[in-house]
Amino acid sequence: MADNTKDEEIILTIENLRRIYKDDDGADVEALEDVSLKIKRGEFISIIGASGCGKTTLLRSIAGLDKPDSGTIVMDGHPITKPDPERGYVFQQGGLFNWLTVEQNISYGLKTRRVYKQKKDDVAKYIELVGLKGFEESYPYQISGGMAQRVAIARTLINEPKMLLLDEPMGALDSFTRADIQDKLLELHKLNGITMVLVTHDIDEAIYLSDRIVIMTPRPGKISNIIDVKIPHPRQRGGVEFLAMRRKLLEEFDLATALPEPEYNI
Amino acid sequence: MIKKSSAIYGLLLSVSGFLIAALLNALIPITAPVEIVDYHIGGTVVTINIAYRIVLFFLSALFLVQGLVSLRDHDRWKKFAKGAPLRFASGIGLLLWDLLGTKWQVLPQPFFPGPAGIIEAFLIEPGFVLENTLYSLRLYAAGFVLGVVFGVGTGILIGWFPKVYYWVTPVLNVTGVIPAVAWMPFALTLLPTPFAAAVFLIVICVWFPVTSLTAQGIKSTPKVQFEAARTLGSNTFDLVFRVAVPHAMPQIFTGISTANAFAFTTLVMAEMMGQPGGLGYYINLSKVWSAYYKVFAAIVVMAVLFSFITAILERIEKYALRWQKGLVR
Ligand SMILES: Nc1ncnc2c1ncn2[C@@H]1O[C@H](COP(=O)(O)OP(=O)(O)OP(=O)(O)O)[C@@H](O)[C@H]1O
Ligand SMILES: [Mg+2]
Repeated sequence: MADNTKDEEIILTIENLRRIYKDDDGADVEALEDVSLKIKRGEFISIIGASGCGKTTLLRSIAGLDKPDSGTIVMDGHPITKPDPERGYVFQQGGLFNWLTVEQNISYGLKTRRVYKQKKDDVAKYIELVGLKGFEESYPYQISGGMAQRVAIARTLINEPKMLLLDEPMGALDSFTRADIQDKLLELHKLNGITMVLVTHDIDEAIYLSDRIVIMTPRPGKISNIIDVKIPHPRQRGGVEFLAMRRKLLEEFDLATALPEPEYNI
Repeated sequence: MIKKSSAIYGLLLSVSGFLIAALLNALIPITAPVEIVDYHIGGTVVTINIAYRIVLFFLSALFLVQGLVSLRDHDRWKKFAKGAPLRFASGIGLLLWDLLGTKWQVLPQPFFPGPAGIIEAFLIEPGFVLENTLYSLRLYAAGFVLGVVFGVGTGILIGWFPKVYYWVTPVLNVTGVIPAVAWMPFALTLLPTPFAAAVFLIVICVWFPVTSLTAQGIKSTPKVQFEAARTLGSNTFDLVFRVAVPHAMPQIFTGISTANAFAFTTLVMAEMMGQPGGLGYYINLSKVWSAYYKVFAAIVVMAVLFSFITAILERIEKYALRWQKGLVR
C-alpha cells in the first residue's frame, strides 16, 4: 500500500479527504473517511469496492462536483474547487443532452468554452475516434446505450482533458458492448496518454484495464489497499496472470469485507 | 405498394360527396321564397348558388390533389384514405343542409340559413369581412407573441431562482384562475386604445399557462444534466439557455398550445366587448341587423383561421421537438 511514487510523476494528490452525509433520519453517514491517494500522470487507475463505499463520492470530489468536509485535492499544484473541462466526467447514464444530435453533443464543450470557431474540425475527428461516423445527425433516443456512452466519452475528450473520470460508464451495458467500450478506452489511453480514473463493480474490468486498482471498503468509506497490475497489454482474460490477479483480488475482498458478501459482477 | 382499386375508391369517396352536393344544388329547384341576387364580380355575374358550387368544386379539387400527392407515400396515403368516408359524409351533410336551409327552408329562418346563404356575406361585403379578419389576426398576433415572450421570460425566472418562485407563484396561482376578460373594464380605462386593451387581455391569458409550464420544465431538469454541462465548461448562462430551456421545451410547447386555445376565446370575447373591429365585432354588428347569415360567415372564418393557426403551431412544435422519442415517426 506504500505510495512510493516520485513527485514529478504525480498529477493529482488527495489528502485526508472526509465527507459526511446526513441520511433521512439526520444521522451521519461517513461516505469518505481519511482518504489519501496519489494519482500518476498518464496512469489508468480503477476504484473498486462494494456498493456504498464512497466510490462515486470520491470521483465527484475529484471532479469538483462535490465539496469534501475536510481534506484537500490538488491537481498540478492547484486545489480543486469546481468542475473544469480539464477533468472530463462520464456519468453512468443520462448525461447526454437529448435535444442535441450526436454531433451537437460532442461539440457542446467547444461552444461553451467559446472555441468552436477555431476547433470546428475536431468534431469530426472525435466522432471518427469513437467510431460514430454516420450517426452525426442522430438524436440520443435513436442510438444504443453503448453508442451513447461513446458520445459521452467523445464530448469530454474534445475538451482535451488531462484526466478522464468515469463512474461505472459500462454499468448499464450488456457484456459485448462492455468489452467493446473497454477496448476503446484502452485504445484512447494508449493514443493520448490521458490519466484515467474508472469506478467499477467489475473485478475483471478493473484487471483488464488498470495499471493500479484501488480497493475501498464501506462504513466508513476508505481505501483498504492499492494493487499494482503488471500484466502486459493486450491482456488475456483467461490468461494465467489474469486469473492469478483475480484470485488475489477476491482474497482481498474476503479480507476487506468480512461481514456482508460483497457484490462482484463476474 | 398501394393497390390501384383502393386508390381509386379512396379518391372517389373523397370527392364524390362534394360533387353530388354541387350537382344536386344545380338540379333541384328552389321551392322556398328565396331572393337570388346577381352580384357582379370582375365582369361576371355570380349568384349565391354559383359561388356555393365554386366552393364545392374547390373543395373536391383540393382533396383530389391532396390524395394524388399522398399516393407517393404509403403512410400518408393511409392517413388520407382514413379520412375519405368523413369527406364523403361532409359533402352529403352540406347537401342536406343546402336542401333544408336554402332550397326548402325547413329550418327556422333567418336563424339557420343554408351554406349558400352564408356565402352571401362574402359576396355582399368581401372587403369588410377581410378588414375585420385582419383586425382579429393583428390582435391575436400581437397578444399571443407578447404573451409567449413574457411567459417564457417569467417562467425561466421562476424556474431558476427559488426566491422568485416563492414570491411570484402565489400571484400566478391567484391571477391564473381569473378569466382574462374580467379585466376588460380596467384594461379599457387604463390603456390608451381599445386595441391595446384587447392585446393586454390576450397577453394575460397566454402568460399564465406559458409561465407555469415553462417554470415546471426548468425545475424538472435532471441534476445530472447540469453536472455534465458544468464538467464540460458551462457558465450559468449556458446552464440556463443551453440546458434548462431546451430541456423545458416540451412543457413550453404544452403551455403554448393551451394558451393558443385561451387566446382565441379571449380574442373573440374582447372583440364583442367594445372593439372597433374584428370578427367578434362583426358578429355583434350583424346580430343587431338580424343578419344571421353574416354571424355564421364570421364563425366559418374563425373556424378556418383558428384551425390554420393551430396547424402552424403544431408544425413548429413538431419541428422543435423532433428530438423527442415517439414524436417523430
Ligand atoms: N447525496 C447524498 N445524501 C446522503 N447520503 C449520500 C448521498 N450520496 C451518497 N450518500 C451515501 O454515501 C455513501 C457512499 O455513497 P457513494 O454513492 O459514494 O457510494 P458508491 O461506492 O458509489 O456506491 P455504488 O457502488 O452503489 O454506486 C452511501 O452510504 C450513500 O448512501
Ligand atoms: Mg456510485
